[in-house]
Amino acid sequence: MINIPSTIKISTRALRVNKMRSALTMLGIIIGVGAVIAMLAVGTGASEKITQQISSIGSNLIIILPGSTTSGGLRMGMGSQPTLTRDDADAILKECSAVQEVAPVLNGAAQVVYSNQNWSTGVYGTTPSMLTIRDWPLATGRSFTEQDIRNATKVAILGQTVVDNLFGNIDPLGQVIRIKKVPFTVIGFLERKGQSPQGQDQDDTIYIPVTTAQKKIFGTTFPGMVRTIMVKAKSTEDLAIAEKQINDLLRQRHHIGPKQDNDFTVRNLTQIMQVAEQSTKVMTLLLGAIASVSLLVGGIGIMNIMLVSVTERTREIGIRMAVGAKTWDIRLQFIIEALTLSLIGGLAGILTGITGSKLISALAGWSTIVSILSILVAFGFSGLVGIFFGFYPAYKASLLNPIDALRYE
Amino acid sequence: MIEQGEFVAIMGPSGSGKSTFMNVIGCLDQQTRGQYLLDGIDVSHMNRDELASIRNAKIGFVFQGFNLLPRTSALENVELPLLYNNIPGTERRRKALAALQTLGLEGREHHNPNQLSGGQQQRVAIARALVNDAPLILADEPTGNLDTKTSIEIMELLVRLNQESNITMVLVTHEPDIATYSRRIIRFIDGRVVSDERTPTTEGKNTMTG
Repeated sequence: MINIPSTIKISTRALRVNKMRSALTMLGIIIGVGAVIAMLAVGTGASEKITQQISSIGSNLIIILPGSTTSGGLRMGMGSQPTLTRDDADAILKECSAVQEVAPVLNGAAQVVYSNQNWSTGVYGTTPSMLTIRDWPLATGRSFTEQDIRNATKVAILGQTVVDNLFGNIDPLGQVIRIKKVPFTVIGFLERKGQSPQGQDQDDTIYIPVTTAQKKIFGTTFPGMVRTIMVKAKSTEDLAIAEKQINDLLRQRHHIGPKQDNDFTVRNLTQIMQVAEQSTKVMTLLLGAIASVSLLVGGIGIMNIMLVSVTERTREIGIRMAVGAKTWDIRLQFIIEALTLSLIGGLAGILTGITGSKLISALAGWSTIVSILSILVAFGFSGLVGIFFGFYPAYKASLLNPIDALRYE
Repeated sequence: MIEQGEFVAIMGPSGSGKSTFMNVIGCLDQQTRGQYLLDGIDVSHMNRDELASIRNAKIGFVFQGFNLLPRTSALENVELPLLYNNIPGTERRRKALAALQTLGLEGREHHNPNQLSGGQQQRVAIARALVNDAPLILADEPTGNLDTKTSIEIMELLVRLNQESNITMVLVTHEPDIATYSRRIIRFIDGRVVSDERTPTTEGKNTMTG
């Protein structure tokens, strides 16, 4: 049996004797562990941000855009010719089994005036389903009703940015604002949502009934015209099915022959975001992998110093063997020495990593998240490095011939 | 054949094989031919760890160069064999202190070897050899690095331990003066025993055959 506490004492004493050398050896591990933690924090921060943004635009989201047109040989951009109608939206909800909610949207920019304040913002004519699709609760007030849609009531729901710019400290509920000179009553305002994945301010927006937008604000080139249709699928698994169902339905409704191109585009937003999320995860792994190389280099530093230490202390090893130290007594002594170096280095590395992440957040403005898991992994890894790179020097020491070791000068 | 309680001096010129003989006796090395029985046990075919246990339990070493651990207190140096014998901490301390006291090193327990004189260092080494109650002490030129006065002190100490505690002493030396402290002198030349002069000693029950 081996006396562990005494072996630890012997090992730590040897490290204290060469303070400078021990500190420099630890530095390799400190930098390694610190780099792993900081890099993982940057990666986790980035992917966390993307996940947040995905949920902020609404989950399981599909957007239908009108197709491009060709006029005189010039292909116009996507959405240049409106082809979608409210009836399309209603049909999608009715006929596509994978779809949960549908909201037609007719939007545009408009100048909004309240009292002596004015503000230019995006005005969205839509239905109450919009708020469900975007997982966007009201802060106060009420949403539109079916009646508002039917009667094209002049009521508006405001985003927080609009509220801040038009009203300041005044309670906007029940106030009358003018959108393109048409008076609207404010019936509610939305909770703050922040930036979209593209960096737009999602709160700089006004929702009005889609019929009101069609008849009183933007007008239509043909009856029931809308610019886009937002769709929420029943679940993430249903997204692809919903996409196909919508595509088939709209081709049929728009009388598109088998060889003709669609006059609309179906976009699966969640999927695009998930791809982005996936790529940040890959980036996180890559950053972590690169950082672990420095941990590996730190480990080699430990092995180097331990080999030097074994050579320097050959005589000591000989004395210990002469008075009865067995193979594993010697081996453990050096392994514990290496382990102590790597674990203390690991602890200091954790502090360095956390501080480093905070610095990166403060200086570069990136969001970083130090996860407990990354700390545990980095610390555990540093321990493994210590055992792995400590073993060979320890093995070498334990195989010394006691007579030669005693005679070593 | 070396009996329990004997005081034997091994003499011979450099290269005569006396060091190899000592290494075999000390279980640091194994002979290529023949048999070595220590305390009636054949150690010829033991592995490293078994030999280490035998050294720990039965043999105390005293070297010419003292061979104390540097930057380690006298007390901890003496505790070393007990450590590898898994004696618990408090008993280790008690035994080590007792051994140091026997050798007149009170007050020097916490000195490191570089704070001690040669004679004191050698006494710490003897304390280390004694502490595990080993029945055999091997002294390889124990006075080689010491002045005459200190050499006499150390030799008298070894004689006293031999007589009072019945510890078998095997001494390697090339100084005839030092060899006279023993009661049997074995001379080696070219790896062969050329003479074995002895004065009769008390019969021991345990025998050691070399």
